Amino acid sequence: MNFLFYAGKRFLQVIPALFGISIAVFLLVHLIPGDPADIILGQTATPARSKVIHHMLGIDRPIIVQYFSYLNHLFHGSLGTSYVNQLNVTKLIGGRLSATAFLMVGGILLSLLISVPLAILAASREGAVRDQVVRVIPIVGLGMPQVWVGIELILLLGLKVHWFPVSGFGDTFVQHLRSSFLPALSIAIGLSPILIRSLRASMLEILEADFVLTAKAKGISKARVTLSHVVRNAIIASVTVLGVNIAYLVGATVIVERVFAIPATGSLMIDAIATRNYPIVQGVTLFFAVVVVTVNLLADLIHAALDPRVAL
Amino acid sequence: MSTNIIRGKSFTKKLNFNGNGSFYFGIGLITFLIILAVAAPLISHFDPTGQDLLNTLVPPSRQHWLGTDQLGRDVFTRILYGARIDLTIGFAAVLLPFIIGTTLGLISGWFGGWFDSLLMRIVDTTIAFPFYVLAIALVFVVGPGPKAIILAITLVGWVAYCRIIRAAVLVAKELDYVHAAKLSGLPTARILRKHLLPNVISQAIIFSMSDIVLSILAIVSLGYLGLGVPIPTAEWGSMIQEGQAYILQQWWIPTIPGLMVVVTGFGLSLIGDGLVKRLNR
Repeated sequence: MNFLFYAGKRFLQVIPALFGISIAVFLLVHLIPGDPADIILGQTATPARSKVIHHMLGIDRPIIVQYFSYLNHLFHGSLGTSYVNQLNVTKLIGGRLSATAFLMVGGILLSLLISVPLAILAASREGAVRDQVVRVIPIVGLGMPQVWVGIELILLLGLKVHWFPVSGFGDTFVQHLRSSFLPALSIAIGLSPILIRSLRASMLEILEADFVLTAKAKGISKARVTLSHVVRNAIIASVTVLGVNIAYLVGATVIVERVFAIPATGSLMIDAIATRNYPIVQGVTLFFAVVVVTVNLLADLIHAALDPRVAL
Repeated sequence: MSTNIIRGKSFTKKLNFNGNGSFYFGIGLITFLIILAVAAPLISHFDPTGQDLLNTLVPPSRQHWLGTDQLGRDVFTRILYGARIDLTIGFAAVLLPFIIGTTLGLISGWFGGWFDSLLMRIVDTTIAFPFYVLAIALVFVVGPGPKAIILAITLVGWVAYCRIIRAAVLVAKELDYVHAAKLSGLPTARILRKHLLPNVISQAIIFSMSDIVLSILAIVSLGYLGLGVPIPTAEWGSMIQEGQAYILQQWWIPTIPGLMVVVTGFGLSLIGDGLVKRLNR
């Protein structure tokens, strides 16, 4: 019951954020200097033709009316139509989705594989050499440009030893997995410093919690305490930390897919800049913001489900 | 306690990267990088954008310390001049977010009410946008260049300062010294500026160190995507991008500019960690 109440409350909190996002994305396009009719007509633009285009796009109406019409389309799942080849933006994004999903899920899994063991190692004896060494990782790692990490991985694991493909996304599931390994690893290397820092701190907190002291006092071996109590709580902490950093993760995929020439959602957006195809820029921006809000919500709900104290 | 530390410094204590030594090391590192950037014309007599098409992709030599790139430009010189662009924009870009975020956080935390509610909704909306997605969208609106980068960093960056200061104000405004200032009838603006601000600003200053790193990373990443400082200006991000094609033969061309960013980030992180110790006492 408590959980349902909490879930309902969180859902309600999301609504104003979604409205804010729709307003921001809508305004973004209306701030653009220049006339969209010029982009569509190119050399063939005349005042009369522009007027027809304005009417077709509906931009001759008052801005408030335009916003509600935009919102109405959104509710029906339509993100608009691409200027250049009249393709449905929702479909265009849908076509790129699997590549983005591979990168994001791969990035999350690899960053957990890197950070959780390191955080446990560091927190298991605060102040020891291993803790000091692990604590240097975020200091160095935070300053590494994602694109640079990607290129160095291409050089070391792609070109020198030929373990992984260095560009493209392949055609089959296995090829997708192989192709997305290096980009996902670049994302993970970028995300891990943040994760290690937060996880180490929450792990230290857990190790001093009463239930761990009780377990120790009962004479349970250190390894078992770590595995059954600390790791379980560390996973809960990871969910929260990942939820907080989801926007960072999405941003990382946009950049890294470019390094590895993977045709995912970010490239759709970057390519649209050159052709001034703004329904696509608008659609992808909105899409990513909604992804962030949704994942944040999910992370909070999972956290509440795993840790009943949250919903109290 | 203190004598103990002076006498018996253990190995791990010496390794401790949060100690005072590392703070000064960080300051030294950043100062060194700034000197390199400022003195670039004195250190190298090459033109950072001057092409020499007869001497392209030359390996490192006494004349060209890090060789030349695909257009025959001296790589070492471009790295020095790149420091000018990346460090200047990186430091400048956090100024506006710092001022805007601190001011709004101060007002919002102090007065609360409808302004606070509205501002927090705007904050919720802003953090929903992944930085790079918003930055790319803004480059689309404003056009590539330092202006778009600074605009993007400002639009996103103020939120962090606002939240940090607001949280600190919510705690501090219940403390006795603030109550005392209120009771003595001081005008609100004076209490905010002279009493509250000096006590809450330290967290924002600490955060600004990692924020500078983030903004340099943003310039480099956007430069890589071709949406940052337009070529042929020497800039680390576009150098990484142009060097990617020649990575098998000349790995250092994209690698060294990236290392420069890592070193800059390392120095700023050390300063930040040192500030945590000093300001949080």
